[in-house]
Amino acid sequence: MTELSEILVPLKLSLIASFSASLLALVFGGYIALILCKKFRGKELIDILITLPMVLPPTVVGYYLIVLLGRNGIVGKYLYQLTGFTFMFNLYGSILAAFIIALPIMVKSARTAFESVDAEFINASYTLGHSKPATFFKITLPLAKKGIITGFVLSFARCLGEFGASLMVAGNIEGKTTTTPLAIYNFVGNGEWDKANILVIIYTVFAGSLLYFMGRIK
Amino acid sequence: MALIVKIKKHINNFDLDVDFELDNEFIVIFGYSGAGKSITLNMLAGLLSPDKGIITFNGKNYYNSYKKINLPVQQRNIGYVFQGLALFPHMTVKENIEYGLKKNSISVNDLLDNFNLHYLSNTYPMQLSGGEKQRTAFARALASEPGLLLLDEPFSNLDQHYKDQMHSLLQKTRKTYNIPVIMITHDIFEACKLADRILVFSNGRIIQQGSPSSIYYKPTCEEIAELVGNRDYRCHNPLAQKLISN
Repeated sequence: MTELSEILVPLKLSLIASFSASLLALVFGGYIALILCKKFRGKELIDILITLPMVLPPTVVGYYLIVLLGRNGIVGKYLYQLTGFTFMFNLYGSILAAFIIALPIMVKSARTAFESVDAEFINASYTLGHSKPATFFKITLPLAKKGIITGFVLSFARCLGEFGASLMVAGNIEGKTTTTPLAIYNFVGNGEWDKANILVIIYTVFAGSLLYFMGRIK
Repeated sequence: MALIVKIKKHINNFDLDVDFELDNEFIVIFGYSGAGKSITLNMLAGLLSPDKGIITFNGKNYYNSYKKINLPVQQRNIGYVFQGLALFPHMTVKENIEYGLKKNSISVNDLLDNFNLHYLSNTYPMQLSGGEKQRTAFARALASEPGLLLLDEPFSNLDQHYKDQMHSLLQKTRKTYNIPVIMITHDIFEACKLADRILVFSNGRIIQQGSPSSIYYKPTCEEIAELVGNRDYRCHNPLAQKLISN
């Protein structure tokens, strides 16, 4: 690997993994948030399960993912036997780990955003003859937009920084699963401070830009 | 009768049991907070289901617990102006009104004209005054050409000057569109000014109904007298009069 690619490849892997994971979190997290806005039995249990990755150490989350989806995991072994696919030691593992870590952030943001939409707006839309799906896309979603975008940006930022769970599931394979946080860790371990400095500065500027963007969401 | 309502509903520790009919007239529902006024309006609109009873409008079953009919809110053809007006903040005045239009119905320009909103068509609700918001909410509620108009304390946040303007506009609108109206208010003067008939609600029941003058001058119990602010109640109560004359 050239010196430039040692910097660029981890950045590229981080962006791919983070964007994919936060996009998945947006879709699934948005849907889960909508379900959690309703009243039903077992709602609190689902909420706790979704929130757990936020409070557990990422290595514990990674451990659960190995037990569940590893090549010999409870579900993972059947997945591997049937399709030959595994999440272990590849970029899909990084994406999965980042997705699970980012999911509670997206769910919490989207749920708050949906719940903040005044029920009178929704009722007004119904009395004007609009169906539930039409009301969701024309009224609820535009009014919850700010909270949902904020959740997406926060999820993306959290995915960029993912280290522990990703290391457990995808490993630290240079050029394949070594994302930027892992590369910084490697560089510091090897005493390559110049390369670590570059990545740290790029990350800091990028994170600052994200925060700036978030503040400007209307 | 255009509207026939006989409904029962139990919510937490509250029992609602109301029975009234409405022709092409302006009815005001009057009563203390928590008397069941808004719940009744929500059940008429289809936003809330009664436990039991019937709601028919122009011969059509909107709700009938015996025949297991509960027409969805979208199919009830009822215009509703909410207490908070519920103007969509991400839509302009014109877009708010257009949102209520049905295919081949009245044009948005006619509504903007009728409610003097043309100059505000590209303005967002946040930038409107109280009276302008009211006019937009009325125009939007009428955009779907409803057969019945429900108003849940629409003028409660207006000062007297704007209230008077809106009262005139509402009377004019009722003449133009010729539809029955049910309005909730806490203001007895507003009720007397606008209503053909007043229904007095208390604890989920209609305790008196009649013309504004009969409600004001001949309240049938102390609670209504207090509610309408009639301090000479004893003199106009038939029972009290009988006791005095004896």
